[in-house]
Amino acid sequence: MRVAPKEIQSFRDDFTYSNSAEAIERFPFPFAEDEYRYSVNMEPHLPKGGEGSAYEHFLDIDEHYLSEMAERELVLKEMPHRCLAMPHMDLACWDMVERIMVSLSEDYPDYFSLIRDGDHWSWENKLLNIKDQFTFGDSSSLPMPPLDYIGRQMQGDFALLDQREGDLFLDAGIITCPADWSLAFDAGMSFKEWHGPVPMAHGEGIFERALKYLIAIPVGKPVRRLNWTLTVNARMDTSPEKYHEWGHERTSVTPENVGEKVYLRVELQVLDRMPRSNAMMFSIRTYLLSLEDLVTNKEWAVRMHRAMKTLPEPLINYKGLTRFHGTVVDYLAQFDPVN
Amino acid sequence: MSVIDQIPVRVTAVKQVAPMIKEFTLEAIDAELVPFSPGAHVVVTMGGAENEPAYRNAYSLMSNPQDKSQYRIAVRLQEDSRGGSLYMHQQIAVGDQLMISPPANLFAPDWMAKKHVLFAGGVGITPFLSYLPELQQRETEFELHYMFRSKQTGAYSAELAETLDNHCSNYDADQGSRCDIAAVLSEQPLGTHFYICGPQSLIDSVRAIADEMGIPASAVHWEEFAGAKPGQPFVVELSRSGVELAVSSDSSLLETLEGADIAIPNLCRAGVCGQCVCKVAEGEVEHRDSYLSEPEKQSGQVMMPCVSRAAGERLVLDI
Repeated sequence: MRVAPKEIQSFRDDFTYSNSAEAIERFPFPFAEDEYRYSVNMEPHLPKGGEGSAYEHFLDIDEHYLSEMAERELVLKEMPHRCLAMPHMDLACWDMVERIMVSLSEDYPDYFSLIRDGDHWSWENKLLNIKDQFTFGDSSSLPMPPLDYIGRQMQGDFALLDQREGDLFLDAGIITCPADWSLAFDAGMSFKEWHGPVPMAHGEGIFERALKYLIAIPVGKPVRRLNWTLTVNARMDTSPEKYHEWGHERTSVTPENVGEKVYLRVELQVLDRMPRSNAMMFSIRTYLLSLEDLVTNKEWAVRMHRAMKTLPEPLINYKGLTRFHGTVVDYLAQFDPVN
Repeated sequence: MSVIDQIPVRVTAVKQVAPMIKEFTLEAIDAELVPFSPGAHVVVTMGGAENEPAYRNAYSLMSNPQDKSQYRIAVRLQEDSRGGSLYMHQQIAVGDQLMISPPANLFAPDWMAKKHVLFAGGVGITPFLSYLPELQQRETEFELHYMFRSKQTGAYSAELAETLDNHCSNYDADQGSRCDIAAVLSEQPLGTHFYICGPQSLIDSVRAIADEMGIPASAVHWEEFAGAKPGQPFVVELSRSGVELAVSSDSSLLETLEGADIAIPNLCRAGVCGQCVCKVAEGEVEHRDSYLSEPEKQSGQVMMPCVSRAAGERLVLDI
């Protein structure tokens, strides 16, 4: 990791969150072409972009680590049910503990260490001053349930999907920074059920194809995709549970403040088959970049303008951009030489 | 980055566990094996040295899923072996090296079930052996009904009867013992799931009886590991390279492509997993898989080369 975690910044109230020049450079910009197109856009989750890239490691730790972990604490303190695991998902939770601890200790040995002696494991997280010994697979040997325990130590949201009946079911997760969806509402739903609100894709067989593809993902062949939306203010927790706190902020965007107030929110989503439980681990790692930081990259500024300009109406509405989409396009136009 | 490809393993033990069944213990050569989920299988690649054909067969893992030190598989010598089981029985000895795929699972237990009822026929006992540790760990209710002919199969029946006690019923057809499937099905509480691994006739009869009794199809699971069956020979043309290959009557299309060094992703080699799907440019297909939907089969635009074949003499694939 080239970007070291910095002091805690906030994703609420005074919004002190900011990106360093290095963080801007490594931002996973999602638009590969000028015209916005709807696609499943899956690719193998292999390293790309070289040293320091957001795709360098299986799990990405960056300068916002401490800030995001502090934000997660705040959310879970107020709403503990934002982390839940149905009883049959216990083994899947331990799969996730193993995957995260092994990856972090191998990829970031300065910050994390794992010593395994059979089922007797010693874990150290130097960034959060955590040091625990426990028995792998024995949930009573950890200070809190396994999903809660490991979820509080990794940036991004995590869902565990049980595979049965040729379908995937959202039966566990720790979801504190969702782009307007609720774990409590979606819990127990099948793949098609939790994608119910997505516009345009249902008629095209996209979900049937995607589901067949996901069900066949074997152990050791993780895949990733990027998803995106726009968020007003650097707010991580845009959950339906908190809509009353952030929904109205969409009316606060003006031509004067749009550059600093509107953030491109990108989710690096990874799907990884869990070996012991056959569950899928679905990780959603969220990156926020203000438009004024984004346009410091000339290529991104042009592409962002064109992608926003060609965004279909149903998607503008689904993503909740209706109130300020025009202001965003007008702001970005000044960076596009074609205009 | 947690990416796994083919795993080289060494055979560390070979044991005759029934007249027609050999058990092979496999240990990783240069790394630790990964744990797997109950019901998982691996594709074993054997042979393939110079002037020797390579064989690839899928075998269920039967060892404890948590044991990373070794995997165990059991191979029944097939009377009409297309090469794989004969090779395993005659050529493979302790010390030999094999390549295996990472474990994949198309036959996992449904953990929402209130109770699990397992029907094993012959070598079909193998996936259930990997179920048992997890079923016991979760303290879930289950019963195993194991049907075999002791003159050929019946591996582990004595040990199972001893360790599982009244959770296990053995039926040796060579001793005239038969399983009354209808009686077993009728005694189960609501929320029971049923699993079948064995010959096609066993799968068909359990499914038919379950259907007759109104047991939901979603509560009945089976493992189709019959693999490719022979058919008429045909010629396949690959439209992008112009290469033409002859598919003999006892080779599958997938095996023929692999023999020509054309790598096609695959997990089950039995028409179930969907990984090997190929686009068809020309020619009629005899679909034998259970992966493609009926409309997909009728479109004639895609096929599963692991089990399906040309319906005529010639097929053109868009690869």
